[in-house]
Parts: sequence; C-alpha cells; structure tokens
Amino acid sequence: MSADAPGGWEVVIGLEVHCELRTATKLFCGCRNAFGEEPNTNVCPVCLGLPGSLPVLNRQSVDYAMRIGEALHCDIRRSIFHRKNYFYPDMPKDYQVSQYDEPINAEGWLELPDGKRIGVTRAHMEEDTGKSTHMGGGGRIGDATHSLVDYNRAGVPLVEIVSEPEIGSAEEARAYVSELRAILVATGASDGKMEEGSLRVDANVSIRPRGATAFGTRCEIKNMNSLRSLGRAIEYETKRQIVLLESGDRVVQETRHWNEDEGRTSSMRSKEEAFDYRYFPEPDLVPLAPGAEWRSAVRAAMPAMPFDRRRALATAAGTEPGAVALLVEQDLDGLVLAAIAEGADPRIALNRAANEVAADPDGAARLSAASFARVVTMEATGKLTATQSKQVLAAMLAGESDDPDAIAKDRGFEVMDTSALEAVVDEVIAANPAPWQRFLDGDPKVSGLFIGQVMKKTQGQADGKAVTAILQTRRDG
Amino acid sequence: MRTAVDIAEAVRTGARSAVDVIDEHLAEVDRREPEIHAFNLVLADEARRAAADLDRRVAAGESVGRLAGVPLALKDNLCTRGLPTTCSSRILDGWCPPYDATVVERLRAAGAVFVGKTNLDEFAMGSSTENSAFGPTRNPLDITRVPGGSSGGSAAAVAAGFAPLALGSDTGGSIRQPAAFCGVVGVKPTYGAVSRYGLIAFASSLDQIGPFSATVADSALLLEVIAGHDPLDSTSIQSPAPSLTEAVEVGVEGLRIGIIRELMDGIDADVAARVREAADVLAAAGAKVEEVSVAATIYGLSAYYLIAPAEASSNLSRYDGVRYGLRVDAPDITTMYEQTRAAGFGPEVKRRIMLGTYALSAGYYDAYYGQAQRVRTLITRDFDSAYEHFDALLSPTAPTTAFAFGAKTENPLAMYLSDVCTIPSNLAGHPAMSVPFGTGDDGLPVGVQVLAPALGETVMFRVAGALEAAATAATVMA
Repeated sequence: MSADAPGGWEVVIGLEVHCELRTATKLFCGCRNAFGEEPNTNVCPVCLGLPGSLPVLNRQSVDYAMRIGEALHCDIRRSIFHRKNYFYPDMPKDYQVSQYDEPINAEGWLELPDGKRIGVTRAHMEEDTGKSTHMGGGGRIGDATHSLVDYNRAGVPLVEIVSEPEIGSAEEARAYVSELRAILVATGASDGKMEEGSLRVDANVSIRPRGATAFGTRCEIKNMNSLRSLGRAIEYETKRQIVLLESGDRVVQETRHWNEDEGRTSSMRSKEEAFDYRYFPEPDLVPLAPGAEWRSAVRAAMPAMPFDRRRALATAAGTEPGAVALLVEQDLDGLVLAAIAEGADPRIALNRAANEVAADPDGAARLSAASFARVVTMEATGKLTATQSKQVLAAMLAGESDDPDAIAKDRGFEVMDTSALEAVVDEVIAANPAPWQRFLDGDPKVSGLFIGQVMKKTQGQADGKAVTAILQTRRDG
Repeated sequence: MRTAVDIAEAVRTGARSAVDVIDEHLAEVDRREPEIHAFNLVLADEARRAAADLDRRVAAGESVGRLAGVPLALKDNLCTRGLPTTCSSRILDGWCPPYDATVVERLRAAGAVFVGKTNLDEFAMGSSTENSAFGPTRNPLDITRVPGGSSGGSAAAVAAGFAPLALGSDTGGSIRQPAAFCGVVGVKPTYGAVSRYGLIAFASSLDQIGPFSATVADSALLLEVIAGHDPLDSTSIQSPAPSLTEAVEVGVEGLRIGIIRELMDGIDADVAARVREAADVLAAAGAKVEEVSVAATIYGLSAYYLIAPAEASSNLSRYDGVRYGLRVDAPDITTMYEQTRAAGFGPEVKRRIMLGTYALSAGYYDAYYGQAQRVRTLITRDFDSAYEHFDALLSPTAPTTAFAFGAKTENPLAMYLSDVCTIPSNLAGHPAMSVPFGTGDDGLPVGVQVLAPALGETVMFRVAGALEAAATAATVMA
C-alpha cells in the first residue's frame, strides 16, 4: 500500500488521534458528556475549574482506556496524570490534566487490513478543552473582535493514540485512521464520529530521500475533520515539502493549519513559539494503578476486534484478510462464518453477503445463518441459478419467509431439465435466423442476444451457462 | 471565655440560647475588630439568623449537632456559597462561589454559626498577614505585632474572643505559626484527613485545613467534625475520622517523645527554653523524652520554596480575567491576561508565581522541582526512622515570638525562615500542632509544636493535652 512520494522522496507520517470516550459523564465530574446541547449547560464547579474545586477520576473512562489498550496490544501500566500548563480561554484552569511520561497504555500496534503493522507509541488519558468560536475575523483568536466559549466539552474524557512514525502514504494514513476508528467503535469506547469531533486527527509529516534512515524535519498538521481531508492535507503537505527541498530551501519545524476550502496548509506557530507546557504531576489526583482483577475483567469483556474477525473469516473462507475487510466492517462476518459452519460454499456465501445481504442492513438483522446457508447451498448444487438465488435471498431479506425452498417453489424456480431448455433454445434460434447465421459465422457477441431471449422466455429460470452450452452444441453439431 | 465544648453543651440542652452566644461574640467583634482587622467580612445578620434557627430547633426538640451554636470564623480561602470568597486578593474581586466547601457543609450540619471570613496573606502566601490586599491583621495580644500568617485573621479571631473556633489552612505552617504568635492552639492534620474540596488551592500537595481554638479539647472536637473521607477529594483518606476528644486527657505515661535536634538550631533562646521546659513537663508526666536527629529537615525550607511555588504557579493560572473575578480590558487576549494579573496579584504572589514557573521550566525541572521532590522523600524517610523509636516529636513552632509589623517585609528570605520548623510536616504529610506554652522575654506567647506520624492524631492530642494541662497549672501558680 505504501506509495512513495514522487521524485525519489518518501513521506514519513505519524498520527495523533484524539478519541472522545462515550462515557455518561465527564472525566473528573458528574456533568453529562453529551454533544450538541445548549452551550454551557453541562457544567459545574469542577469542569469550570472554579477556585477550590477538585477532580475525581471517572471509573468508566479508565475502563474504556484499558479496553483501547487491550485492542491495540498495549502494555497497560500504572499511570499518573500530569498538568500541561498553558493559557487559553477555552481551558478553564489554564492547564490540561493529561498523562505524560507515565501513560496507562504504551508500546502497542495496530494491524492494517493488508497485514502491515503500525506501532502505537502510547494511548493516554486526558481531558478535553472547551470549544471556542472566534467572531469577527478569520475565525482565529488573533483577528477576532470577540470569542464565544462553550465549556460543555471541557472535561470530556479523551484517549490520545499516538502512532510511531511508520505510516508511508496518505492512503495508508487513511487506512490507519479507518482501522483505528473501527477498533474504537468495537471496544464501545467511541462513537467514531469524526464530523462531530469525537475523533480528531493531527498528522506529523516529514519527507526524506527514498531509502534514507534519518527523519526529515516534520510539520504537525491540525484541523482535518474527515478521512478525505486527512488524505488531502498529507498529500498537499508532502508536495509542499518536496518543492521546498528541491528548490534548495528547508522545511521549518512548525504547527500548520489545514484549510479545507483552500486545500492548503498554513503556518500556525513555529517551534520557537511553541509553549513550554511545564508538565508536573497533578497533585489533586492519586496514581492510577488498576489491579489484576479489574484488568482481567476488562479483558474478559473485550469483544472481538476487526483484525481478529477478518482473520477468522478469511481462514474459514480460504481467502485473504484484506478481501473480507468490508464484510467485517458491515458486521456480516458472523453470518458468513455461521453459514460456512453449516456447510455453505464459502465463495458463494461471501459473494451473496457482500452484495445482496450488505445492501439490506435491516433485512440482514433478521436473516438466520441456517437459512442463509440453505440458499447458498441451493445455488452451489445447481438447484437455483445465480439469478434465482439472488431473488430468493432478496425475498428472505424482505421478510417474506425464512424458508428458501418455499420461496423458490412459490416463484416456480424449478431447475429446468435439459430437454425443456433445449426446446426453448431451439425456438429462439428459429425465431432469429439472421443473428443465428452471424453466430454460426463465428461472431460470439450475438450469444448474449440468445441468452437474453431464453431468459426472457423462461422468466430467468434458465441457467446462463447451460444455455451457452446448448448454443455451442447446436453450432458445432 | 467559654469553650466550644461548653457552648455546644449549653445550647444543646437549652441552658443557653445560641442567639445569646452569638450576640456576646458579635459585641466583642464590635468592640475590638476595628483595631484588629481579623475579618474580611463579618456575617452578623447571617449568624444571628442561623442562631435563631438553632434555638427554634432546640425548642422543638430536634437534634442540633455537636457544634450547636458555637461561633466559628472561616479563613477567607474557604468557599462559601453566595458569599464573597477573596483569598485577600484583588484578583477574585466580586466573585461568590456557587458552592460550599466540604468543611463548611459539615460545620453547618453540626450547628456551627459562622461569624465571618477571616483575613489572610494573599492566597495564603506569607507568614504575617501583611500580604493581604485588604491590609494586615493585628495581633490581639499586642497590636504592634503581627498575628503570624497566613491564617492570621483566624488566629486573631480566636485570640480576641471573636469566636471560640476558627478554621485555617496550613501549607507550610499557616495554622501553627499564627497559633503560636497569638497564643492559641492550631492543628495541621494528616494530609488527606480533612477534605480540601472548596479550599482555594495554594499548593495542592501540601495544603490542609485545620482548627484553631483556645483549648486543645476544642480543636479535638472541631477536627472530629470536619475530618473523614470525602468522595469529592481524591486525596482524601479512606478511613473514618479519628476519635480525639477522649485522647486529650489520657496523659503521656509511657510515650516516647523526641526533641528534634535540627529544629532547635537558630531558635531564639527564650523560645528554645520553653520547648525544653515542655519536654521536662512531659517527662515528669511519665513520658520518656530524648533528643533525636531528623537530619533531612534542614533541607525542608529549600524544597518547600520550590514545590509550593511550582504548584501555586499552576493553581493560580486560572485567574486570567476570562471567566470571573477581576478583568482589566485590553485590545487583545494576551495583554488582557497580563494587565489583569499585574493588577490583581500582590508582589509576594507574583514572586512565587515567577519562582514556580521557573522551577518547572523545560531544562530546569530536574534540577529544581525534581530535586525538591527527592528531598521530600528523604524527609519522610527520616521522619519514619525517628518514629520507629518515638511516638511523637517536639520542636518550637516558630523560631521567634510575634514580630513587629514591617520587620521582615523587606527581606522575603527572613520571612520564609519563620516557617522553618513547620514546613517539614507539610512535606511529609504528617500531622502537627502548636500548643501555647509560656511566653518569651517580650511577654508574648511561645508555641510548642507536637509532631506525629501520618494518622497519629490521637497520640498528638495526648501530648498536646498534657502540655496544656501543665501550662495552665503554671499560669495558675504564677
């Protein structure tokens, strides 16, 4: 998947993904964790950082953080919280409580559908800030006439997942985030909604001559709120850096802002302007050291993760994990696996699930694996043609019946015996002498016309392959 | 002067009305507050209403709590719902907390009657109450002298008879040192024994709320009421409040008590003499008293003046003019921050914010904050070794008696030395209290500090009770 950048350069990407946890309440207080409500209604002395208030850690958020750690194969550790100090109006205390050099999850990995593993440096817990809206200017604090701050988001629990700089293209970055999103949703920790800011991605991008081992100077890109803009921003930034280096210039380490409308990144602040966060251990919280019991409870409650499910299905179906990624994403792997266990042909089961079943999610929910296996088997053994099989399946998904035999019978989908089919083929040949001559003269394209006519006469009951075979017999015989 | 124990008993049984009690104390406030300035805010009307309500409940036969009708002064860094809470700083100008501190809730439930909010060094940073934005508090025993600090207002309120009880906060000695200077009892409990929820933070890992009172028994009672686990404070200890009131009269027979050698150095001779007399008294009462070395305590002051300012620099960031308190308007946000904080904070607060910001800066963290934390560990370890052989320790509370106004304002380091004996307990998280024991050559009170291991309050109150009994006997004899 890794596609090198043009002109002998390769791009190196590390991603920082902020994931809002789906807890009922905020990280350090009892306020509701909800999106899209009237501004400054889900607030209290603690999340407003009022003088004298103190944080108390939300147990559910730790549970989710550990699930994420498990899913990313991390070492789950005793951790502590630090204060990250900087002044900003949407941060009520003018420091953010975050984990720093002792995070709860460290040293894991994420496997992409194509099998490549991306290292996960850490997945740590922290609180979200409020949300500022800068009015009367370009939407940034510097040129605003005034700013509005909504503290509903202040104190919402986050897990920040930091990847190793091991991602080699914009496409791979999208695949990483897409896979990570699936994992986060599967753990129950996140709703995965990038458009609501539940998942926010920053990208560290640098380039280096292909094959070099030293890293180039990186830029951190912020403000990408969809997979599409992530890809576009990385592509833009890669090109920008290549142009700089090829024209003898240099890349300056800085934070850059992605502008979706303009399709370009622009400088936010340089390394020299970067904050000194003055991290130190948060004295209002005690170390977080989940005991063995809590950790094994979390492990026991873990649902299967997308990579496990892809592997299980691919093994059962005799194919590659990448080939079944979509089915797993659509949550249809369970159905197919069960059908295969009932003896269904894996190839046909995958095919029907990926097309007919996936097209009707509501129907899929009521489709039993046993019935699905039966219709697949009917097709595999030639009792139904592919066309008939699709129709029977559609009827089952529509809730008509759970019994494929009954539906087939109702539709009159009996397999035509060869003599009956031969009769129909002969009729069609007789009715179309000119095309038949062309067929005899060696034009294979007209076979489609005959097959179509036969299908029409048999209302789709004929097997296309059988018709072709008869046509060939008539021509050659 | 009546004690809290007596007042609560009298009010509970209907022998005395709470209104009568509060009127008597408010009369004293009227008489002397203009020269003392113990309070930032006197809650006369609220107190009378609360007292009247208590009297009605007593008359109705309702149960009214262990501090029924006892007037109590709150340091003005404890949040009180709907009432200004200033930390004696301009930066909190106009701010009223929308909630009560946990201790305030517990006291209200116990029937205490709040007389007012007491003056302090701004954000509890100081040792004389001279750093208040609203002017200093005077020592009721000699109004040319400071009352100590930072809880000078609370100490003075008790010493002046404005209230038998007061709460202060102690980060490096801010309860014990003013208690010593004003001749009252002051207690810093074990870190985590009393909830900090609603105490406006100075240095979170050191701050602890504690009682002031005229007698040891009153402090024991007050501490019993305010201590105990609070789910709103993550550093709150998960054990029930200790039983202390009985400990006061148990005596010290058989206790092993050590005088901390390092904390007898650089102490005024008259103060040191009182500490040795206190040791003799305890020995006479059956304790085994010896000198003991707690070597690392000599580094306490240095470590403290890195850790406390570092935490303060972060705790005080939120006073930025954006959400509450003072705002000096300016064309852009950075200038607004700068001008608000320049106008809102006094010089000592600014000094400590700068010290702390520097100590946490990239490249300096290990040399300053990191090193100070290692010293802190060392101090705790040295205390632990001492407590293998001793039940409690003894030292002066402060190196001097109450000093004159202005004596140390020009030299911050001289002022900081005032806390040299009290700081080690904060760094270790251990309990310690100051008990009045005689006077210095200037006739002003001397405080003896009793130190105990973490959660050792019971033994600490036994020693304090014995010292008080001996000091009272000596006064009667004199």
